[in-house]
Amino acid sequence: MKNEWFRALVRWIDGEPAHDRRIRTPEGQRVRRARRAQRTGEQFSDQAAKRFAWGYRISAVVICLSIVCTLLYTVFQLPLFGAADSPANNEVVERYIEKGVEETGAVNFVTGMILDYRAFDTFGESSVLFLAVTSVLILLLRDKNNISEEEDLLTAHEFFIEREMQDLILQKVVAVVMPCILLFGIYVVLNGHISPGGGFSGGAIMGGGLILYGASFGILAVRRFFNRRTFTAITTAALLTYAASKAYSFFTGANGLETGIPLGTPGAILSSGLILVLDICVGAVVTCTMYGFYALFARGRL
Amino acid sequence: MLPWYQNIPFACIFLCMVNGITMPLYRRGRRAFAVTAGVSFAVFALSAVLAVILAAGGERFVYKMGHFPAPWGNEIAADPLTAMLSAMFGLVTGLSLLGGRAAQEADILAPKQPYYFVMVSMLLAALQALAYTNDIFTGYVFIEISTIAACAIVMARDTARTIAATIRYLVISLLGSGLFLIGIVLLYCITGHLLMPQVSEKVMELWNTGRYTEPLTMVVGFITVGLCIKCALFPFHAWLPLAHGGATTSSSAILSGLVLKGYIVLLIKLYYSVFTIEVVRSLKITSVLFVFGIAGMLIGSVQAIREEHIKRMLAYSSIAQIGYVFLGIGLGTEAGMAAAVYQIFVHGVTKPLLFVCAGRLTEVQGHEKSLYRLRGAAVTDPLAGAGFTLGALSMVGLPLLGGFMAKWLLAASSLATLPKLWPALLALAASSVLNALYYVPAVIALWTPSGFMAEKPAKKAPLFLLSALGLAAGVILLGVCCAPLMEAIMAGLRLLEAI
Amino acid sequence: MKELFKLAVVYRFELGAILLFGIGFMNLLLQKNLIRKIIGFNVMDSSVFLFLASQGYIEGRIAPVLTNGSMQAATYVNPIPAGLVLTGIVVSVSVSAFFLALVQRLYLKYGTVEFDEIMLLAKKEAE
Repeated sequence: MKNEWFRALVRWIDGEPAHDRRIRTPEGQRVRRARRAQRTGEQFSDQAAKRFAWGYRISAVVICLSIVCTLLYTVFQLPLFGAADSPANNEVVERYIEKGVEETGAVNFVTGMILDYRAFDTFGESSVLFLAVTSVLILLLRDKNNISEEEDLLTAHEFFIEREMQDLILQKVVAVVMPCILLFGIYVVLNGHISPGGGFSGGAIMGGGLILYGASFGILAVRRFFNRRTFTAITTAALLTYAASKAYSFFTGANGLETGIPLGTPGAILSSGLILVLDICVGAVVTCTMYGFYALFARGRL
Repeated sequence: MLPWYQNIPFACIFLCMVNGITMPLYRRGRRAFAVTAGVSFAVFALSAVLAVILAAGGERFVYKMGHFPAPWGNEIAADPLTAMLSAMFGLVTGLSLLGGRAAQEADILAPKQPYYFVMVSMLLAALQALAYTNDIFTGYVFIEISTIAACAIVMARDTARTIAATIRYLVISLLGSGLFLIGIVLLYCITGHLLMPQVSEKVMELWNTGRYTEPLTMVVGFITVGLCIKCALFPFHAWLPLAHGGATTSSSAILSGLVLKGYIVLLIKLYYSVFTIEVVRSLKITSVLFVFGIAGMLIGSVQAIREEHIKRMLAYSSIAQIGYVFLGIGLGTEAGMAAAVYQIFVHGVTKPLLFVCAGRLTEVQGHEKSLYRLRGAAVTDPLAGAGFTLGALSMVGLPLLGGFMAKWLLAASSLATLPKLWPALLALAASSVLNALYYVPAVIALWTPSGFMAEKPAKKAPLFLLSALGLAAGVILLGVCCAPLMEAIMAGLRLLEAI
Repeated sequence: MKELFKLAVVYRFELGAILLFGIGFMNLLLQKNLIRKIIGFNVMDSSVFLFLASQGYIEGRIAPVLTNGSMQAATYVNPIPAGLVLTGIVVSVSVSAFFLALVQRLYLKYGTVEFDEIMLLAKKEAE
């Protein structure tokens, strides 16, 4: 018996796979055969898996309930809802509102805050959007690894439907509605610093318009003016402009230099320095991203 | 006009982000790879220069991101410690990309390689931003960037198994982010500020006057749990082996070596700058981290012993090494924290060395992954074998190598804390033995000639050579020049505390 | 008891947000169907934004856009939480899109969105 253990140890040090290493005494084999007769197929591993699953679920429910209960208890200790003297209303908010228009030129205080005072966070946020669309591209763009005959047939079928069975009512209505949507989106983007709105909401509206056009006229129709090359060109140009303006702004700001960009009169469209440029860039990125998600999820091609 | 070197952190972050944005313009992978590797080394060079300047002057500076000072505008802050961390991030990313180039060509399709480098670039930018940030909400945004980028580099290798592993990684990461976000929101509720110096003032005020103490405790708890879920502390480590073990070589190296550390660095910064270490100690959170760190050390090693697949074995070993870091943090003393940071540096260099060499050995032996079939791979490519052996010996704790210094510093710092002394020393001893139990057989198996060896000699790989030499030099350097590095680390921690 | 009820009415947004957070968290953690996990994640993130947005509200004040030329801080609601929620929503959308792409890829390959079955099928596949 001791020799068997020693030989098993040597085999383990050698790095043999586990199933080759088991001790091969006649006694051990008898035990294993008896155990194998007891369980039928994967019943044994099923039982262990079931016990593990139940233990996991119960502990997960307990953890969630404890988190929720501690949060509920904590909420009652927080400042009152809607109180004017909560810690969040301090000198930071005062300056944003009182000096916001003169320092950033934006009439909408929230836009002034996210695109001027705390612009680094918004830069990070645009990169998150860019990262998401890039990863969806990596995953869903048709290439050697994720092609199958069924999918190809399905896609060809969908393209056939797009070309041959066009819906007249839908297309006529969309032909009237879509320019209005785009116009409204452009209005929201350009007025981001004057009224509620901005690059993100305006971009989402325009993206929605493009998706509507793609859904009713077909993705092939959209591809005539918006394909992968335009997508890459627009997103890269917009993000580079954003990065360049923000780098200029941060560099001059930290080094105490003046930007030399006029703030204009508050309330006019051409005002508030770089905020208008940033809004347009963000709007372009969000539009391309939203349509990109739709096209990649629906057909796997951009 | 600021001194020129104070623009370096901002320049490094923007360089990486701009590089990531322009990556989709490249058609094929080769140029994208060269540019990204170049950018990583440039980041390393600039940050190393910054680290030397800051360590010589013992200074810490704050850089306004915009025209308005804190608390109205955003800011980033740099001190010797964060500059050194940033240099390590840049160097290890560059060397991992070099070492994993052959695996990238094999695992990722050529038209999609530029997108892989988008992710790597953005990940490097996010890690640096986490090191330099002086604002908690910016920390959250860059945590999300690093989550998406890290998951994307896992799934770059296009098999169903890695995609399933990515989903599990993403789900657990999102749970951690959700808890971290609600912690930050509560912190904003009770303090009203987002910039770390102002939050820290308010927290001290609240702690001294006794207002809002329960919410404060909850905040520290949620932020700690959220970040610990994302850096694979026991018991939140189940996602790590499949994700790190299944990814392509450079991804595994970057993930194990750097991404886990980015979250720990943010946690240490929050503990020192925002919550001040006395508050954390008096809330007994350090003791909880200590216990979980020890559990992680032992359980990670035990599970590594039973693992056959070489990369999954290295991934389980990562769990054990993260346990060391939390052992250091859990000791609660300044020496313990410095030892934990030293272990971050050591592991950040050793684990990528192991992954890169394992990748090369796998490639040489016909892409076999189990240790049984990798026997003799080191004989075919002695440099890869030597690199793997060096890394394994460092993990076990041989003197002259980085791992030994990290363990010694952890043991030395535990001598000062009486109730935690014996558990710490016993855990370190047991963990060293357990590490030996799986690294030594692996090394012996690799050097034993067997029937699985390839007939032809290995193809020359100059990039891998460069990468392995660089990382091995780093391991030896960390083992030999401990004193100047420890001085810089202690100076950095003291500057963080002094805010 | 009555005070507790009154307090709960005052804190109605925060309490609602936390209940939704619990529901979302539990779904993200425990559901086997991947689409339901994504919905759970969205509910969880939306609840945190509700919590954050409710922190900005002050009784009797208006939205933070310049109205009637008044630049007094006492006329407007706190604009900071609104900006943070904007950022958070975009992050949440991006992560959901990424997660959905992963799920669609696995669905196209295996024909199921149950995570257990997918793990079983994936394990059988060669490395």
